[in-house]
Amino acid sequence: MSEHATPLAHQFEEPVQQQEAATLGMWIFLATEVLLFGGLFLAYIIYREQAPLAFSEASGKTMLVPGTINTAILLLSSYFVANAVHLTALGRRREVVLLLLEAILLAMAFLIIKGFEYHHKIEEGLFPGANFHFAGTQARGVQMFFVLYFAMTGLHALHVAVGATILGVCAVKILFSRYPARLATMVDVSGLYWHFVDLVWVFLFPLFYLISHRS
Amino acid sequence: MNPTKQNAWTLFVLFVLLAGTVGAAYVDVGKWNTAIAMMISTVKAALIVLVFMKLHRSGHLVVLTFFAGLFWLAILISLTLGDFFSRS
Amino acid sequence: MSSFVLQAAPQAETPEPDYLTEGRTVGSWLFTTDHKRVGILYMLTITLFFVIGGMAATLMRIELATPAGDLMSSPAYNKLFTIHGVIMVWFFLIPSIPNVLGNFLIPLMIGARDVAFPRLNIASWYIFVFGGTFALYAILSGGVDTGWTFYTPYSSTYANGHVIAMAVGILIGGFSSIATGLNFIVTIHKMRAPGMTWFRLPLFIWAMYTTSLILVLATPVLAITLILVCLERAFGVGIFDPTLGGDPLLFQHLFWFYSHPAVYIMILPGMGVVSELIACFARKRIFGYRFVAFASVAIAVFGFLVWGHHMFVSSQSVYAGMIFSILSFLVSIPSAIKVFNWTATLYKGSIRFDTPMMYALGFIGLFTVGGLTGLFLASLAMDVHLTDTYFIIAHFHYIMVGGMVMAYLGGLHFWWPKMSGRRYPEVLARLSALIIFLGFNLTFFPQFVLGVMGMPRRYHTYPEEFQLLNVLSSAGASILAVGYVLPLCYLLWSLRHGKRAEPNPWGATGLEWTMPSPPPRDNFASIPRVTEVPYAYNAQAAETEIRSEEAIHV
Repeated sequence: MSEHATPLAHQFEEPVQQQEAATLGMWIFLATEVLLFGGLFLAYIIYREQAPLAFSEASGKTMLVPGTINTAILLLSSYFVANAVHLTALGRRREVVLLLLEAILLAMAFLIIKGFEYHHKIEEGLFPGANFHFAGTQARGVQMFFVLYFAMTGLHALHVAVGATILGVCAVKILFSRYPARLATMVDVSGLYWHFVDLVWVFLFPLFYLISHRS
Repeated sequence: MNPTKQNAWTLFVLFVLLAGTVGAAYVDVGKWNTAIAMMISTVKAALIVLVFMKLHRSGHLVVLTFFAGLFWLAILISLTLGDFFSRS
Repeated sequence: MSSFVLQAAPQAETPEPDYLTEGRTVGSWLFTTDHKRVGILYMLTITLFFVIGGMAATLMRIELATPAGDLMSSPAYNKLFTIHGVIMVWFFLIPSIPNVLGNFLIPLMIGARDVAFPRLNIASWYIFVFGGTFALYAILSGGVDTGWTFYTPYSSTYANGHVIAMAVGILIGGFSSIATGLNFIVTIHKMRAPGMTWFRLPLFIWAMYTTSLILVLATPVLAITLILVCLERAFGVGIFDPTLGGDPLLFQHLFWFYSHPAVYIMILPGMGVVSELIACFARKRIFGYRFVAFASVAIAVFGFLVWGHHMFVSSQSVYAGMIFSILSFLVSIPSAIKVFNWTATLYKGSIRFDTPMMYALGFIGLFTVGGLTGLFLASLAMDVHLTDTYFIIAHFHYIMVGGMVMAYLGGLHFWWPKMSGRRYPEVLARLSALIIFLGFNLTFFPQFVLGVMGMPRRYHTYPEEFQLLNVLSSAGASILAVGYVLPLCYLLWSLRHGKRAEPNPWGATGLEWTMPSPPPRDNFASIPRVTEVPYAYNAQAAETEIRSEEAIHV
């Protein structure tokens, strides 16, 4: 009992109830996240429908190699976190902390690569607003593409940073916990959030990087 | 199957799909490019949701919550597009 | 304020400390995780916002007493109605019943010791206060003149004032809504006492559950919309501005996807309260319990399908307009079901006109007027004539003030003995309920007429021929103000001087009435086992009630 059971908060009657409440709470939160990003996806659909050629042309300006690497990075980090969730329940402190650290490092790498891409775009004058310039007839549509690009990947990057912080808190707590298995629900729920961040990117990647065929 | 092994296989398939989606972008099939990319993304998302997030083992209520999120997103998108695409 | 509440709590009679007395320091309130205390904190905060929003309305009604703009300029008037709208919608109405009565009552009614996530609960209050501070900053530093709807491109490009600060304030307040909604949904699913099945839940719980669904599913869309407005305003990028390639109608779609369901956030909780009050003071089971419960669900779901009726006069496609119009008519069906069922509950009931019941009856009448005039606005051709006139203003005030505020006050009077452990002066309370009802109708009924005559909203001057009705309206507003100040006074007075309340002063059913008033910190000594349907008022209970009636009304 003692080693695996999470201490019961006063408002709960039994551990199962506490664990189910936490999981349900996180899934509801993720549903709100779906709608948060959903508004942006709606804008994307409408503006792409209005200027398909411009979006295709603008997509050619994104950097495929860093984008692909970043996708692989997030998939890999999700894999680490999925394993960490499984091993926490078994109380394997060392392995869990290492897995979480690896995931956090990958998240940092993701953000660094993203920052490098942003920097490059701003240098090229592709940041929307007063300093935006794009030679060609499609400038307006291209600018809209980059408005959405910065808004959607920016919001996503914010989620990556938040997710990495949450994973960091989990790692620290497990490191200093006498009974790591008791933190299984916490890691599980944090893992859900992290997988969701991955999930959003799985859709962002083709919508921004892979519109036009790249032959 | 042992969960860690299952996770590893899932990761492998995800990487294959990633290679597939990037590769497909080099083949010009007109309008179908986006459709193919979205289909691959949906498969990837399904793998993440089912294996990594263990949706199918989380009980009816969680499954309902997940689909409620998607359903309401569908309302938002379909009714708005209904307006945009029926303007004269 | 809080210390006032503290001193007022009863001490000698209850051997165990109740939730008000178990900690007396300010810190014990600010760091509380008790759902009851969080409810009280929300009550204090939204009362403050109600006063601010009410003062803005007062100034507007004074200005509108004469046709000329003699009290203020039009920019000042624009800022006033924006303040009134933003504060009343986001910082009073949306949190009113859910965050005050919902927080206090949900765990008590379902037989739980607290909500599922008590720390998230108090965090939501801090987030709310933080967002409110932003909004107050925006008001004090010069205000915003966009109206509460923030229509683009005016808000994102042309408007003067602190649009970003105001939008950020609302955005932050929205996160508090999401936290509360999430907490309530999980609580109602996972924390019900043994035997408390879905069809044994009080209808107030059904109302809170469906309200929470809307809070959770709609608010994120508002969040992203406001973020985009801020981005457009800060960086000059074109998302909604047509001169930069954006589409302002996209803003309206996103905004009303939230804001129309938000109208149901502002009425469903009121319906829940009224169901409780009607059953208690008619001493009967609610007629058609399941219909009323499922009507709440239907309103929450259909409420998401009708937002386009706010856009009939925009360049929305006529086909979309027709579909939204039909769907808007459909949403009136579940609302009508509720009104019919309340009426059927009253039929042959042993009705008592205590203060909460007066509010409940007022609610039914005023909500019916508000709802039926909504049907005028749902029909395409009629709406073209009435859009942006005072008819709209009157319509939604009948729903929001005549409906929600009446229900909030009714609920507050009903559960006040439970919350404070004190009784208020009944005669004075009935009188003020009457004053509010009369003042409200005098304020807003003339506005229906003004609207049909064609007086547009959002102007501080108007042609002479509208003056009579405007004077009536302003006079009604002053009566309404008296009606609102009275409860504030006598409820505060009752904290110190009111008679001590028994555990169940109304002879009502429901778990919250089985515990002492005010309840102890952990609510239940042992978690109850529920074996009864709700509202099990029977002849015998009614009789006991009549006998004790003399004792209550001294």
